[in-house]
Parts: sequence; C-alpha cells; structure tokens
Amino acid sequence: MRGIGAAPYAGSMLTFLFRRLVLAALVCLTVLVVAFALTRLSGDLAVSMAGPNGTAEDVAIIRKNYGLDRPLPVQFLDWAVNAASGDLGRSYLYRAPVSGLIAERLPITFCLGLTGLTIALLTAIPLGIVSAMKEGTLLDRGIGLIALIGQAMPSFWLGLVLVIWFGLKLQWLPISGTETWDGYIMPGIVLAFSAIPALLRLTRAGMIEALASDYIRTARANGLSVASIVLKHALRNAAMPVVSVAAVQLGFMLGGSIVIETVFALHGVGYLAWESINKNDFPVVQAVVLLLAMIYIGLTLAADMMNAVLDPRLRAG
Amino acid sequence: MKRFSTLFGMTIVGAVVLIALCADFLAPHDPFAQDLMARMIPPSWMESGSPLHLFGTDQLGRDYLSRLMYGARISVLIGVLTVVTSGLIGTALGVTGGYFGGRVDDIVMFAITCRLAIPLILVALTVVALIGSSLTVVVMTLGLLLWERFAVVARTTTMQVRNIDYVAAARAAGASTPHILLREILPNILSHLIVIATLEMALAILLEAALSFLGLGVPPPLPSWGLMIAEAKDYMFFSPWVIMVPGVALFVLVLGINLLGDGLRDFLGVSQRR
Repeated sequence: MRGIGAAPYAGSMLTFLFRRLVLAALVCLTVLVVAFALTRLSGDLAVSMAGPNGTAEDVAIIRKNYGLDRPLPVQFLDWAVNAASGDLGRSYLYRAPVSGLIAERLPITFCLGLTGLTIALLTAIPLGIVSAMKEGTLLDRGIGLIALIGQAMPSFWLGLVLVIWFGLKLQWLPISGTETWDGYIMPGIVLAFSAIPALLRLTRAGMIEALASDYIRTARANGLSVASIVLKHALRNAAMPVVSVAAVQLGFMLGGSIVIETVFALHGVGYLAWESINKNDFPVVQAVVLLLAMIYIGLTLAADMMNAVLDPRLRAG
Repeated sequence: MKRFSTLFGMTIVGAVVLIALCADFLAPHDPFAQDLMARMIPPSWMESGSPLHLFGTDQLGRDYLSRLMYGARISVLIGVLTVVTSGLIGTALGVTGGYFGGRVDDIVMFAITCRLAIPLILVALTVVALIGSSLTVVVMTLGLLLWERFAVVARTTTMQVRNIDYVAAARAAGASTPHILLREILPNILSHLIVIATLEMALAILLEAALSFLGLGVPPPLPSWGLMIAEAKDYMFFSPWVIMVPGVALFVLVLGINLLGDGLRDFLGVSQRR
C-alpha cells in the first residue's frame, strides 16, 4: 500500500491524500469481489449452506430465500450495495442480521488485538533498543535468537501449553472466556508472539541507524546523557517505521486471532467466523472476510496519513 | 555462535528431510495401525512408559514416533510444494513489475496490496471448507496466498539490477526480453529469493499445522503434526506430553528452517532489511 502512495510524486499534501484514498477505495472494491467469489468457489452456495445432510428441498428453500437463483452479477451487486450501506445480509444459522452478530463480538476481538499489540510493543521496543545499543555483542545475538524463537512458535500450540501451565498447574489465569479482564492475558501473549519478531528487528535497525547519525554524535559531543540521547533523540527517529508497521501488524493480528480465539474459546469475530465456516453459514464468513480486510485497509491508510503528516519528505517523494 | 546456529539449523532440516524420505524404513510401527489395548502409553522415559513405543501412543493406540515420522513427510511436502507454487507466482509478478515499471508496476503493486488486505487464515479455512480438505487443496490454497513476499522482494531487487551494466549490455546486444529476464535478471536476484523461500517455507508449515489443528487442513487419519495436536487436545490436561511431542517437533523444524535461512542470508550477502 505504501508502495504506490510513497512513489516519487511531487505534489501537495492534498494530492497525496487523494491518491491514497482512491487506492484504498480500489482495494476495497477488489476485496468485495474476492469475498463474494470466495463463497461461490464450491459452485453452488445453496448446496454448501444446506450441508452434507441437506435435502433437495432444503437446497431449494435456501436458494430462494437467499436469492441464489438469480444471476451471479445481480447477486454481487445486490450484496455489494447492501454491504456498502452496512447491511451484510442474514445469518443462516442464527436467523439474525450478520451486522448485529459481528457488532456483538467485535469488542472482544479488538480488546484481544490491542492487548496483543501492547504486549508486543512493550516487549519488542525495549529489546530492540538494548539490542541496537549492544550491537554485535552476545546480548544482541541472544535477543536475535528470541526473535527467531518467536517466529518459530506455533501460536495454537503455545496457547495450549500456556493453558496447561498457567491455567491448570499454577492456576494463575483463567483457561478460557473473557468474563474478567485477566482472560485476555494469555491470548494476548500468544497473539503478541507473532508480531514481536518484526517489531523487534525494525526497532533495532532504526535505532542502529539513528545512533550512527550526525545529530546523535553532536548530542553526544554536547555531553547529553545516554538516556536522554537514546530515549529523546534516537527513539523518536526510529519510532516512525515502527508505528506504521505496528498498524499493519494489528491488522494481521485481528486476522490471526481466529486461531487464538478458538484455542481460548473467546467469543469474538474470529470464533464466529470459525463456527460459521464449520456450520456452512457463509453469509457470515463473507462478511467477516470483508470486515477484516476493511480494518486492515483502514489501519494502513491511517498509518500512511500519519507518516505523511509527520514526515513531509514522504509526501514530496 | 552464528556459524553454530546455522549448522544447528542445517542439521535439523537435514535430519527431518531424511526422516521424511525414509519414514517407510525408519518408523518402528505402522502409523495407522490402531491398538486399543495400548492406548495413551506415555513416552518410554516416563513412568509406566513402554520400551516398545519410544514416544508413547495416542488415544487410538497408534505409535507416536511412527506418526511423527510420517508427519515430517507431510510438513516437508507442504513446505516445498507451497514455496514452489508461491515462489513461481510471486517471482513472475515481481520481476515483471520491477523490470517494466510504470503502469505494469502499478498493477503488480496493486495486486500485492490487495493480497495483503485479504485475511490469510480465514480465507484459507473457507477455501478448504468449501472445496474439501486434502493435501493438494492445502498446498494450492497456501501457494496461491503466500506469494506476496516473493513479489515484493523480486520487484525491488529487479529494479536494482535492471540498470546495471550487463543488463544494459544484453539489451544493447539485442537480447530478447524473456532472455534478459531469465538469463540476466533471475540469476542475480536468486540469492534474495532463496532467503525468502526459507521464510515462506517455515510460514507454510506453521499455517498447515494451524489449519489442520482447526480441522480444515490435512484430513485424518493422516499424521499431520497440527492434526496430532488437535486430536490430543482433549487429553492434554491429564497427560500433557500428548501435545508436547508433536508441538516440539513442529517448533524445532520451523526454528531449524529459520536458523538456516538466517545463515543463508549472511552467506549469500543478502541485507537484513527485506
């Protein structure tokens, strides 16, 4: 997304914003088509929705009730226009509007995503800073190894291991549900694991670059303390790419929460999607795909805008 | 330490590939043979373990070590085939965009952006649910979804080598575009692509395990490591080893691939950032 937005293009802030908005709109349109086409993969959606035990009668009823007997382009336009106005259709399983089902569960997924991101940032940034300051030492390599371990950890398995250890053996944390706030801790930690490696490497690279720059040398020569140099000057310059990657990572995390919500039985949007996939409730699946894509597009757009505001060089190319 | 970790990664990956290739000869038991008299036997180093079953048996009395060995075959197969598929798609797109630039490049960048916006696991789960779960479906689905990093890297590196002298010379000498792309550009960006291939292979193996864990990956009774964890989940509170054995295998293989990739990155002189 940043690729086109940040392409060499001399223009004003407004032109930049306009270009980015048009691009985001085009991506949204493509995602609409993909989400629609996805559920038509099996050929006949009515047969898929009726499930393996559905009779020919069931299929006929579903086909009629959901307008699946109409030509595909008509179905798509109908769905897309309704989706644009917030009407995402009706759930076959819950017999309720999809938008309501999602609205009920979205806060849980957001809480989970934000908990995960907070834990990831609180771990990755300090480790990245230490790693950069001790570049090339054994400590730096050790922290690099942590990133590799985080990258190799199967999230669903880590979730189960934490459940056994902290939930059952030590009984510190609840093993499922979100009745209390501490229900988010374990899932948050698991979700954070997926984002820590990228954020850590980026912080480290940004800090190394910043620490080697002229103004830091000047600050050092002026006798500023190490803490002041690192936190006030270097970090500020290293932070910008971290912020935009954090936004992207949050998008990925919300998408990846489907696995974690299933492991911890958190009834968020991911769990809803998993349940719907298993019960052939495809209007819901279609809507969640669309929603997660929109959130991702919104987050990257926001990150790009913020970067453009903070760093005029990006606008001018 | 760097050399040690690369060597470590190489050993792990080599061993797993060897086990995957020779599972027929190495496995002590039939991985599908159920023995209801010998269910949930713990690994042999634990109390009440049996020397007959080194890693114990599962809830149907199938030998865990044998299933683990055949499971390595699935992981390696998924990793290699997915990377070949996604590598071909991503490299073709990236090289095209990077070489031609302009409108063509805009389209490639747009495709990458759209792909990134599509929620990976959710779409993969839906595709498998609708088409039916099989090894082929999982490979095709992941292959068609995991190409974007190849495309990003192929595109940037192609842009870097496009204007280097020898490419310009080949162009001046009248070489055809396919010739330039395949003979001049591709060999020069290959080292970058190899590093990405290791990363993507690790990701594909993790994703297959996650899909199988959620019941929409490789179908039972195939011994996918993710599926083994899913099947053992109901028993993990009483005998935690049932999820530890396949989980550790998965973690170690993926860590090994990542360590190897890290070593290759240094060896091939590919820069750390992207």
